[in-house]
Amino acid sequence: MDLELTAEQVSLRDAVRELFRRASDFEGLKRALDGDRGWRPDVWDALRDMGILGLTIDERYGGAGAGPVEVAVVMGEIGRAHGAEPVLTGALVPAEVIARAGSEQQRQTHLPAIAAGTVFALAHEESGDRWPHRAVTATARPVGDGFAVSGDKPLVRSGNDADRIIVSARLGGELTLFLVDASADGVRRVPYRSHDGRRGAHLAFADAAAQRLDAGDAGDALRHAEVLEQVAVCAETIGAMDEALRMTTDYLAARRQFGVPLATFQALRHRAADLYVLVELARSLTLYATSVLEGGVADAVVASRAKLQVCRAARAVGHEAIHLHGGIGVTDEHPIGHYASRLMAVEHTLGGAGEHLGALAAIVDHHDAITVG
Amino acid sequence: MRMRLTAEETEFRASMRAFFAERIPAEIRERAEAGATREPDDIVAVQRILNAHGLAVPNWPVEWGGRDWTAVQRHIYLDEMSLAHVPEPLTFNVDMVGPVIARFGDEDLKRRFLPPTANLDIWWCQGFSEPDAGSDLAALRTRAVRSGDEFVVNGQKTWTTQAQHADWMFALVRTDPDAPKRQAGISFLLIDMRSPGVQVRPIRLLDGGDEVNEVFLTDVRVPVGNLVGELNAGWGYAKFLLGNERTRVTRVGLTKNRLARAKRLAAHTPVGSGTLLDDPLFRARLAELENELLALELTQFRATAQQDAGGAAEVASVLKLRGSELQEQASELLVDVAGPYALAADGPTGVVPEWAQRSIGDYLTYRKVGIYGGSSEIQRTLIASTILGL
Repeated sequence: MDLELTAEQVSLRDAVRELFRRASDFEGLKRALDGDRGWRPDVWDALRDMGILGLTIDERYGGAGAGPVEVAVVMGEIGRAHGAEPVLTGALVPAEVIARAGSEQQRQTHLPAIAAGTVFALAHEESGDRWPHRAVTATARPVGDGFAVSGDKPLVRSGNDADRIIVSARLGGELTLFLVDASADGVRRVPYRSHDGRRGAHLAFADAAAQRLDAGDAGDALRHAEVLEQVAVCAETIGAMDEALRMTTDYLAARRQFGVPLATFQALRHRAADLYVLVELARSLTLYATSVLEGGVADAVVASRAKLQVCRAARAVGHEAIHLHGGIGVTDEHPIGHYASRLMAVEHTLGGAGEHLGALAAIVDHHDAITVG
Repeated sequence: MRMRLTAEETEFRASMRAFFAERIPAEIRERAEAGATREPDDIVAVQRILNAHGLAVPNWPVEWGGRDWTAVQRHIYLDEMSLAHVPEPLTFNVDMVGPVIARFGDEDLKRRFLPPTANLDIWWCQGFSEPDAGSDLAALRTRAVRSGDEFVVNGQKTWTTQAQHADWMFALVRTDPDAPKRQAGISFLLIDMRSPGVQVRPIRLLDGGDEVNEVFLTDVRVPVGNLVGELNAGWGYAKFLLGNERTRVTRVGLTKNRLARAKRLAAHTPVGSGTLLDDPLFRARLAELENELLALELTQFRATAQQDAGGAAEVASVLKLRGSELQEQASELLVDVAGPYALAADGPTGVVPEWAQRSIGDYLTYRKVGIYGGSSEIQRTLIASTILGL
């Protein structure tokens, strides 16, 4: 067991933290969140130049060849900064799928494109799907040298700006992955904003021209990508909670009522202490899940354990952070409410506390006790 | 970063598991599993076996029988001990007074006390709390007045766990009532329980047992050589001791066993055509407690590793706070597994098994864990002040 980051990982963390610190103040971030795109192209370019977009891509394909620990380090900083740039959904997750399911030629074509800043998206969930259920009713049929994909994929994260879209569909009943150009005929997208300032699209495919990702097992690639995304979301949430708690304790120390700082009141200090405990417990399980993934095992149960703990903490921290700020906490002008909104949103990305608890309850009689191995 | 066991650590786990299974008598472990440990005999027997194999006091300095283990190894040792239902070495000896004497005592004190403390030839009790000094420990009033080569001690200690078995007490006593700060007038004194003037009176608890006692000290004469460290420096030693205690009272292994036990019992508790373990609400409650406990165990790994690296020990408050909450919740779960059977507190065990008869008493008594060793509110205050800077 070794809980320390390497010197390189510390440098990475500091560099990403500095990048976001210089990117803009909260006013600038809010302008970007409220703007058409929802994020800052100059920050995206800076992330690309730092190698973040190709972080996990093998060096043969122009990436940095890093692993889950580096992903967690970067995502923690994105969470801390409320960074809306689609690093996870537009680059890291698609890269994982293509690396696992793409042919050598497809990897050579698309992985360098991701590292160079082309936005991708994964269109997998459908109407009526809630984690872990995935119906995949979209269909594909062979057309000439390629395929044509039809079906609806609502709520595709970063689907609004993606140039290329990975689509799951049934080919003769078999779960299969395809790549579709967003500009192809038969692709219709209706963009949406999420409350936390993120962007996506409801995508509809009607005989859209597609190429098949035809090297690996589609189910396996999706499982790996899902665990990677869940654990990365956990790491992002830890960063966001750290920042929300920091802002809250600063506020308690600075804000005066009855002639004294709010921090004088034990009722408030104890609520802050409880939040600290929640964040630390969630951090421990997130580190553990990251470590298991680093060991090469995409363990869905471990991801559920982390996500359950993180979701419980996120809900409490978001709620309490607003409450402890008082009225300013529910205004649009103060950052804390925006963090709370993000914390609520991450809970409902790839399964909330209820769904993950359900998954764990279903297997609770598969073991006598949990042993850390 | 790696938060999983290495091959060596996995091997270490296997060696500990084998040791406890092979060397600790099965009947002692069975009694412990059933909650029927014989005190003091079972505890003394186990600690002497452990000590004979150099495993009683791994957290002590090596020259006094400690092992140069990593934090992870110490954790695995305790975890495997719990999972094998081995009664733990006496915490007053191993976690409290031993490390204090080893760290702050002079050579004479170390030679006199450390070997018999490790071997449980001396059973120690903790003389800290007083009737008017609970959470506010620094309010303690027991006086020790120097008279020639002795201190004369007068006062009353309370909540003294297992004082009925104790040979010696380590006590906080007031040696300078005029100190500018209350904390600066306290010393750490070792008192022979056989001394004239020591009287122990049991306090009956809600489970029917008398685990704790009042200890009255009337003109008890204690040689000055039994003072640990410097006069009036006892508060610092007590803080050192309580930091260790808070890490240890996390009791992850104990709660792990309780949850596993609740699961086994639920699987054999008929409800309608199935068992309690088929109930989705019960399963969810169990799964959530297991997850909370895993998070706590992993946090304990992080905390011990940080302490090993010389880092801050403040996070011990997190462990104490959550550890006691989970112990309470696990005892609550066992009551709810018993359900209506928890209502009969005696009678034939063929109708209502003994564990069910005992469950409410255990549950009620286990409210103690959020109170002792610094109550949950004390821990929250410490977290807010020392970690969050509030």
